[in-house]
Amino acid sequence: MTPQNGGIINGAKTKLAVNIGGIAMKNPVATASGTFGFGSEYAPYIDLNLLGALVVKGITLQPRAGNPTPRLVETTAGVLNSIGLQNPGVERFVGELLPGLAGYDLPVIVNIAGDTIQDYGQLAARLDRAPGVAGLEVNISCPNVKKGGMQFGSDPDMAAEVTRVVKAGTGKPVIVKLSPNVTSIVAIAEQVARAGADALSMINTLLGLAIDLKTRRPVLGNGLGGLSGPAVKPVAVRAVWQVYREVKLPIIGMGGIITAADAIEFILAGATAVALGTANFVNPRATMDVLAGIKRYMIENEVQDINELVGAAHR
Amino acid sequence: MLITDAVVINQEEIIPGFFRMTMSAGEVAKNARPGQFLHVRCADALDPLLRRPVSIHAVDREKGEVALFYRVAGRGTALLAAREKGDRINILGPLGRGFTRPESSGKVSVAAGGIGIAPLYFLLQELSLINTYANVFLGAATKKQLFFSSEIEALGHSVFPATDDGTAGYHGTVVELFTQNLSDTVYGCGPAGMLKSLCRILEQYKIRGEVSLEERMGCGVGACLSCACKTVSAGENYRYSRVCVEGPVFPAGEVVWA
Repeated sequence: MTPQNGGIINGAKTKLAVNIGGIAMKNPVATASGTFGFGSEYAPYIDLNLLGALVVKGITLQPRAGNPTPRLVETTAGVLNSIGLQNPGVERFVGELLPGLAGYDLPVIVNIAGDTIQDYGQLAARLDRAPGVAGLEVNISCPNVKKGGMQFGSDPDMAAEVTRVVKAGTGKPVIVKLSPNVTSIVAIAEQVARAGADALSMINTLLGLAIDLKTRRPVLGNGLGGLSGPAVKPVAVRAVWQVYREVKLPIIGMGGIITAADAIEFILAGATAVALGTANFVNPRATMDVLAGIKRYMIENEVQDINELVGAAHR
Repeated sequence: MLITDAVVINQEEIIPGFFRMTMSAGEVAKNARPGQFLHVRCADALDPLLRRPVSIHAVDREKGEVALFYRVAGRGTALLAAREKGDRINILGPLGRGFTRPESSGKVSVAAGGIGIAPLYFLLQELSLINTYANVFLGAATKKQLFFSSEIEALGHSVFPATDDGTAGYHGTVVELFTQNLSDTVYGCGPAGMLKSLCRILEQYKIRGEVSLEERMGCGVGACLSCACKTVSAGENYRYSRVCVEGPVFPAGEVVWA
């Protein structure tokens, strides 16, 4: 297999390379932030070099301990979580974790989250000088933190302001990760695009709640959580579909992708790349299985270039 | 660490709701250490979605077999209990940090509360291989939940039962019984309340101990930070450790109890 053409299977050539706002990916399959740690956790199970991109756990300026437990509860065909952005902070990330990824041939995208707009600017500037960072994914959609997080992602003007500040702090491609917990995701996407974003990630988790019948209290230590997994997929495909029609930015589609069929659905709706999140918990090799399934679909349907499929459902 | 399809050899309901399942999984049997767990895919469909972490209960390296001992607690474990001889089960593991070996001298104890004997039985198998014999304090709500007493004695260990209702052995908690028979090293597993009081006793008498914890898990490999447990090391504030990789076995003094 050569990285650029994605390989030759049964004599058919399939071109899998995509570009996300300036980030060249050898194939469209990435990992979703927060579900894949810093990559090394999954290295025993898959060859990380075969991923289209690695999106690491959300990083903040200062270390964060995270939310009280329980942090996770399974719901019907889904998972509700409230981790609370537990992370070692940007300095330890750059000093201790990032170097471990240097040996891999794949774009590393760093998810950043702040309490304030200034936090985002500082994170962008700090990571701009860090070697081995292909781009930033701006988390304005975390439902599990008290300050910042989703509130930046639910107000179009604030979303735009965060985008501008990050763009001013870095020359690297900036991907803005959108929240589905808004009245109009298109309105947010339009503002973020106008503010200079290079690409969009969508969707983050859906705000949810599970209540324990015995204790009559929320199950999660933090109360509310973010819903992911197959249960949210139609919502995510819809969001990608709507935004693709109105905003001319490449989209990394995510939300409940388990199989190649799920991934192709996102691509047909308008996603240029896809990210797998909860699927990694079920099957540590899910990204590789999805990649193989996409190739198979392309060969069976005589699709030479994955880019031909992007947004095809609109045509 | 690997992903594999294990084949069910035997599924046995020890008492209603408590199952011992033996699987053929040679690599796991070869590599597993006491205290480690398997992350088990209970459903083939997408609901229930997540794997279930289940302690490795016993290992037969010669036969390449691994046993799990579990209680049906919800939809996942109910599906697991429905698996029959010959069925395939997708497992991930062995995962996690297990028990460390006791120091060569000194008396060793094991304290188990109910289903908490699950990982400790594997430890007792390994201890008897190195000719180390433990006092095993088996606690349960009632007599019929004192699991595997005769098997444990057959391994050469001494069993001290305790029941909440007094139907067998000491009438009271397993921790009370242990407190009357202190040792140099203790390994514990059981409900949070039991482990909390065990850890308090260990601290009071300066006894070395390790406890195996249980927490809801997502990935099982350290990536998702769901299975957090508050821990503290000397001279630092608390932090959240991952039960799946820093645990499930922790030094007794490190766990911060709610």
